[in-house]
Parts: sequence; C-alpha cells; structure tokens
Amino acid sequence: MEGAWPSLEQWLRVLSLRDYNTRVVLLGTVLLGIAGGLVGVFLLLRRRSLSADVVSHATFPGIALAFLLLESWAPGSGKSTPGLLAGAFATGVLGLLCTTLIQRHTRINEDAALALVLSVFFGLGVSLFTVIQSIPSGNVAGLSHFIYGKAASMVAADVTLIGWASAGVTLVFLLLFKELTLLSFDEEFAAAQGWPVFGLDLLLLGMVTSVTVIGLQSVGMLLVVALMVIPATAARCWTHSLHWMTALSAGIGAISAAIGVLISALFPRLAAGAVIVLAGTALFVLSALFGSRTGMVTRGVARWLRDIKIGNEHLVRALFEVIESRLAPGHDLADQLPAEAVTVDELQQQRTWSSARIRRLVHQAQRHGLVLDYGVAGVKLTERGAALACQVVRNHRLWELYLVEYADRSPARVDRDADSIEHSLEPEVVARLERLLAEKHSGLLVPPSPHALSGSSTKTSEASP
Amino acid sequence: MIGELLAILETWSTLDTRIVLTSAVASMSCSVPGFFLLVRRQSMLGDTLSHTALPGIAIGFLAALWLREQGWLSATAYEQSRHLFIVAAAVVTGVFTSVLTEAVQKFGRVEANAALGVVFTSMFALGLLLVRRFADDVDLDPDCVLYGTIETTVIDVIGETGIPRALFINGAALGINLLLTALFFKELRVSAFDPAFADTLGIRSSTVHYALTAVTAATLVAAFESVGSILVIAMLVGPPASARLLTDGMLKTLALSLLLAAFGAAAGHLLAIAVPPILFSRFGFPTVRDASTAGMTAVACGLIFGVAALCGPRYGLLTRSWRRVRLAWQVAGEDILGQLYRAEETGAPAELVMPDNRMAWRLLRWQGDIERSDGHWRLTAAGRQRAEKLVRAHRLWESYMAKHFEIPPDHLHETAGRVEHFIDQGMRVELASELAAPSQDPHGKQIPGEDHPQ
Repeated sequence: MEGAWPSLEQWLRVLSLRDYNTRVVLLGTVLLGIAGGLVGVFLLLRRRSLSADVVSHATFPGIALAFLLLESWAPGSGKSTPGLLAGAFATGVLGLLCTTLIQRHTRINEDAALALVLSVFFGLGVSLFTVIQSIPSGNVAGLSHFIYGKAASMVAADVTLIGWASAGVTLVFLLLFKELTLLSFDEEFAAAQGWPVFGLDLLLLGMVTSVTVIGLQSVGMLLVVALMVIPATAARCWTHSLHWMTALSAGIGAISAAIGVLISALFPRLAAGAVIVLAGTALFVLSALFGSRTGMVTRGVARWLRDIKIGNEHLVRALFEVIESRLAPGHDLADQLPAEAVTVDELQQQRTWSSARIRRLVHQAQRHGLVLDYGVAGVKLTERGAALACQVVRNHRLWELYLVEYADRSPARVDRDADSIEHSLEPEVVARLERLLAEKHSGLLVPPSPHALSGSSTKTSEASP
Repeated sequence: MIGELLAILETWSTLDTRIVLTSAVASMSCSVPGFFLLVRRQSMLGDTLSHTALPGIAIGFLAALWLREQGWLSATAYEQSRHLFIVAAAVVTGVFTSVLTEAVQKFGRVEANAALGVVFTSMFALGLLLVRRFADDVDLDPDCVLYGTIETTVIDVIGETGIPRALFINGAALGINLLLTALFFKELRVSAFDPAFADTLGIRSSTVHYALTAVTAATLVAAFESVGSILVIAMLVGPPASARLLTDGMLKTLALSLLLAAFGAAAGHLLAIAVPPILFSRFGFPTVRDASTAGMTAVACGLIFGVAALCGPRYGLLTRSWRRVRLAWQVAGEDILGQLYRAEETGAPAELVMPDNRMAWRLLRWQGDIERSDGHWRLTAAGRQRAEKLVRAHRLWESYMAKHFEIPPDHLHETAGRVEHFIDQGMRVELASELAAPSQDPHGKQIPGEDHPQ
C-alpha cells in the first residue's frame, strides 16, 4: 500500500524546482495562497469566515450550468475554463446574496442561512451534474477536478489566469485597504461617514468569490475555504497590528501553498489540495501555541514569569514588615534590613502561607539573589532584596494612602487592593502618588502603613495613624 | 408539457416508492436534531459535522477492515458490523470535532466561525487523504459520501420483505431521535434558550450540547449513504427553518418540520424525474432522463424555504408587505370617509385635503361607500354609516383623552386621528360607558350615535 519513498535524486529534483511543471504549479498556487491570505484577513475581522464556505459550494451549479449553456450553444466548447469560471463566479455571488437576504429579511439566523444556501446550491449542482452525465458529450471527468482540485494538472494558461486574478485582488485590496479596515471595525461609523457600506461589502464578497473561483482548480471547492480562513486565523495569533497581520497572513498562505505543492510533487498519491490545507493547519497549530499575541505557550510562559515576580515581591515585603515590626519607629530601616534574620515561624505569623509555600518562595528568591537562606536561623535579605523590599512596600503603602485619602476607603480594607496593584505600578504613577501625598509624609523612605499589620506587635499599631 | 409529465408519472414503479419513502424517512430523521440546532443557532455545526464525518467514516471503515485482516472478525461478521463501526467512528469524530472547535475557540482565542472553519477544513482534508490513500483497496468512494446514491441503495433490501436496508436504518434513526426528543424535551428546550438558567436547574447544558452533537453525527452518518454528506445539510436545516417561518411554538414547529421534510423528499424525487427530461429536451439534450434525487431533494428543501419566506402567513415577506398595503388603503379610505362626513356636518363641501391614494378611492367607490354627483364626492347611506362609526370612535377617544390626560384641546385631534382606525365596536361601547355616554366631544361637536336613526 505504501508509495515508494522518493529517492534523494527525486528530492533534489523537486526541491530545486528543476521541472518546468513543478515551477508552474508552484507559482500558481503560491499566488493563490497570497490572495487567499489577504482576503481572509477581512473575512475574519468581519466575522464572516464561513461565507467563504458558502461561496465555494455555490460555485458548483454555476460550473454545471455554464457547461450546459456552452454545450447547447456550441457542442464541444463546454470545457472552456474561462466560461466555466464565469459561471462559477455568477452563482457564487448569487449564493452570498441569498444568505444576506435571508439574514436581513427573515427571522432565520445567520448560521441556518449559511448552511441552507450552501447545501441547496450544492444540491442543484449535483443534480445538474447527473444531467450532464447523461448527455453524450458530457464527460464529467474534467469537471470533477473542480470539486477535489487537481493542482498537478495546472498548465501555464491556468497560472496566467490565477496570476492576473490574484494581482487584481491584491490591487483592489491595497487600494481600498483603509475603507475595508473601517468597514471591518466600525460599520456604523463607516456608514455615518458616507462610505457606501453595502457596496464595499459587496466588493469584499466579490474578492472572496474571485479567490474561490481561481482556487477551484488547484484545491477544489470543498477545501478552498481553508485558503482564506486558516492563514488569517493563524496570523491573528501573532499581532494586533492590521498591517502586520495582513503581511503575515499572505506569507502563511504562500508558505502553506508551497509546502503542499512540493510534498504532493514528491508523493504523487497525496492530493495537493488536502496537503496545502494540512500544511496551513500545521502553521496554525504552531501559531496558536507560540504566537506572540495569543499563543498558548507564550501566554503560559508570560504568566509563569509574572507569578515568579509576584512571589518574590510578596516574600520581600513580608520580610520587610516583620523586620519593621521589631524596630522602634523612626529607626533607619534601610541599614537594618540586610542585618536582621527572619524565621519561617515569624513569616507564617505575618502571612497565612503554608510552610511549604514559604520554603518554595525562599528557594526561588535565593536563586534570584534577593535573600540568603540560613536554615534554622532564618532568612536574610540581600542588598538587592532590601532595595526591592523598600520599593515594593513603598508602592504598596503609597497606594494604600492614596486610597484612604482620595478614594475614601476605610484603612482596614485597602491592604487587599494594594496587594494586587503594587507589582504593576509604573514609576510615573509612583512619582505622581508621591507628589499627591508629599505634604503629609515627606522625607520618609517608606511611609508608615495606614492600618495595623497582621500578626505584628503593638508597636506598629501605635505608629499607624 | 402536461402530457410529458403524465407519461413520466406512468413509469412510476415500486422502486420510485421505495426511493421516496427512504429519502422521506432520512429527511425526517435529520430534521429532528436539525430543529434543535436551529433554535440553538448552531446550524453550521451540522455543516461541520457532515464534513468531519468523512475522516470518521474512513477510520471506521479501515478499523473494521483491519480487524478482519487480523482475523478477529469473520467475513460475515465484518459485513454485518461494518455499518456499526462507521457510525461509531463518525460519532466519535463528531464529538471530537465539537470539543476541538471549542478548544481552538477558547485557548487559541479565535472567533467561533473561524474556529469552525479551521477545524472542519483540516479534518476534511485529512479524511480526503485517508480515503484517497486506501481508495484502491476498499470500495469507499468519496463521491458516494458526498453525493449519496439513493437510486442504487434502495435496491439493497432486507431479505424477502422488500424493505430497503437504508429505509430500515433511517427509520431506526428517526425512531431513536423521536424517542430521545420525547424523553429529554424539557432539557433540550431549557438549554436551548437559556443555558445559564438550565445550569441552575441542574441540567448541564454542556452535556446536552455534546449529546446533541453525538446524536446529530449518528443521524447524519445514517443518512449519508442515501443522500450524501452535503445534501444532508439541506435536510438538517431546510425543513426546520421553513417551519420556523410558518409557525410558532416548539412542538408545532417540530411537527411541521417533520411534515415538510417528508413533503420535500417526495417533491424532490418528483422534480428529479420530471423536470430534467422536460426542461433539457428543449435545450437540445434529448438524452437527459433524470437528475440525482438527493440533489433535487436539497433543491426542493430550498424551494419550500423560499415559498415559506415569501408567503408565510405571519412572517412571509410578501404577506407582510401585502398586509401593510392593505392597511394603508384602509386608513386612507377611512380618512376620506371622515373628511366627507365632516364636510356634510358643516354644510360646506369646500376644499378638502384628501389622501392621495387612488386605490383607496377606487375601493370606496367599488364598495359603494361614496358616489359622485354635481362634480362632488358624496357619502352613500352605507358610507355614511361607516363614517359615523369612525367619527364616533374619533370623538369618543378625544373625550376620553381630555378627561383622563392633561392634554391641551388642540392636541387631541391628531392622536385620535391615528387611533380611530383601530377602535372597534366593543371598544366604542366601553369608551361610551366609561364617559357616561357623552353627546359632545371636547370641541363641542356632536358625537354620532352607535345606532343611527335612519
């Protein structure tokens, strides 16, 4: 069952594009991939990805009708590709219009409208196909390429057609980039600005139909939707910027097309259309995992790093507060901080942390050079740790004071709020807080806490206002 | 043309009956889960399931084949259980697809439609590769899965009974679907309309979702053999969507969609055998005999939907515009009558601002409410009676508004002019008794009596 593994010579032959045929197919498909990637961006942003599916199915009756019309007009001319593609374009647009009409004017929702139009048009296509089969000149062999696609049989004329169509789509895309962006993000605003929203929508759908029609031959009507949906969805994982997303989407479309064509040139039993789609899927999976915007791994790593930072800051603040509670008010804390050792018991009194958690935090902070662990004797802050502790406590208390003074929060309730924000206070915000609170607590490195510290001695309670 | 049609119908055989029955039952069994997908706004999930069933079918097929080659299944057992393998594998892939789509949507932060698009095209591509890869070894033809071949499947009958196997399979699917609907109707209904509320009632809406997905996948696969994977979507969506345009209420809609499904199947087969020979012989293709029944059934579903969308009794587009036009005629006609009545009252048939609605004038004349004499339009006796009722309603309403609301007298006329067309006799009587049968309106004009002395 296994097709023979290609020899080294075959590999070289395909990868160095020595065959004219491979070059032609590759060029055509890559152009198609780029056009699909571009159009897909706006389909995705308009939340109409599945419209492309409707278009591709709706082209089917168009092909069959065009064939029948051509045959009845001049027998034997039915296989003319431009004629068939024109028919495909006409019914593709018609299908889209039907979904829009159903959605706008009946109580049937978008989903059902899409599914209904898609299958009814396809059904009409199937019926016409069986009709074609029963007429003498109606050999459907050439027509069924449109369903599954047959990239390998692409000839120079097809590539020329695809090239012109892709160039046209790209040109329209670049010329109307601003308008289409506006349409995608704020349709009402676009309409209020006087843009012909319906016309632009129609134009976008016309572009979708064009890509679908030229994609029929290479990937087939059942999979051509993937050329538009997958690259754009993958590109979305990487960036917020529309320009970058567009470029990435076109690039992903081109790369998956190239991979698909090359693999199916090496393994003739693998249909190019399906391999192109699966190459796109692989790129999508990579993007979904490692994409810089929404990649799962990227986000996981970012969260992990943030958790470490927060853990460290919580620990040094706890140490600070324990040490602070030992010393008399007004004592110069900055010098004392690295000298004092704090035991696990004291930390546990200060915080409701489990001893396992404390051990983990201490271990982690030691690796980052913030504390030194002396075992039973306790934990000491390093110079860096002390500096960080001062900064974090400072941020924490500034925020607490701000809440008490300006937001009328009761002192007993500000600790939690400050807890979550102390890690992300920007220096500019801290500076503004300092200016706001300057007249009250000037000159202090760390302002006093506005509330009693849990588990601390009475000394600090006296110190608090 | 009628003659041609009759000639075609004369060739109707038991085979045709079997085809219609099978496709009707398949269509009905699809429309049950299709209905729930429709109300849950998840119809495209049906589309996705029908695409992703292809790898499922291929995997089920290959698994059965592998078991036979390993000697774990005898040849007869293989023949008997092949269908079960395929259905089971398709159900598993269906649920897997659903889970995968949600995962892509949630963890990949992808919009729902795009997630569906990514997942189903990928799965379908995988299925195509699988099918192509093994196509030479097994009789698994992607064309059959796509288009279905009901014309040949009905030849395969069970024993001597003459019941097609496909009819039996789809009948079983229909029975199971109806049974499940009857058992879990409450759960299905609540979770369709308010999943959060369902959760608080202890009905886990996610369980309902996956169960529905599994049932849909199984139903689709049962119907595939007869109607193909894409046309099955028309049966899934078409009848419920049409029914929803025709009626309200869940049970009524469900029942109507079953009816429409059966009707669509019959109409589809008729279209398939009758239309192509009549139509295409006129375009120079005399050899055309018939078209694919499955394809035409999808077209019939589309036509039924089109008719329902245009002519539905309550929501039809044409019905609604016709109702609007008729109301416009009625209002314009009544305005004319009211004006003429007031002109008679003041005795000055002077310049009247009459509504410019020709159809309203024509209707009034045709109904004998107005007549023309000495170059002036006058009310007939019948017209006067109608006008009196109208003016009575108008002036009663003015009095009512003046009594109960603090509206300046010069603002009364306009609101009453709008409401007068919708105040029927019962309301007039109520208004009159509420106001203690007044004889004059706030402007001091006479209110005509309900029964005018001739």
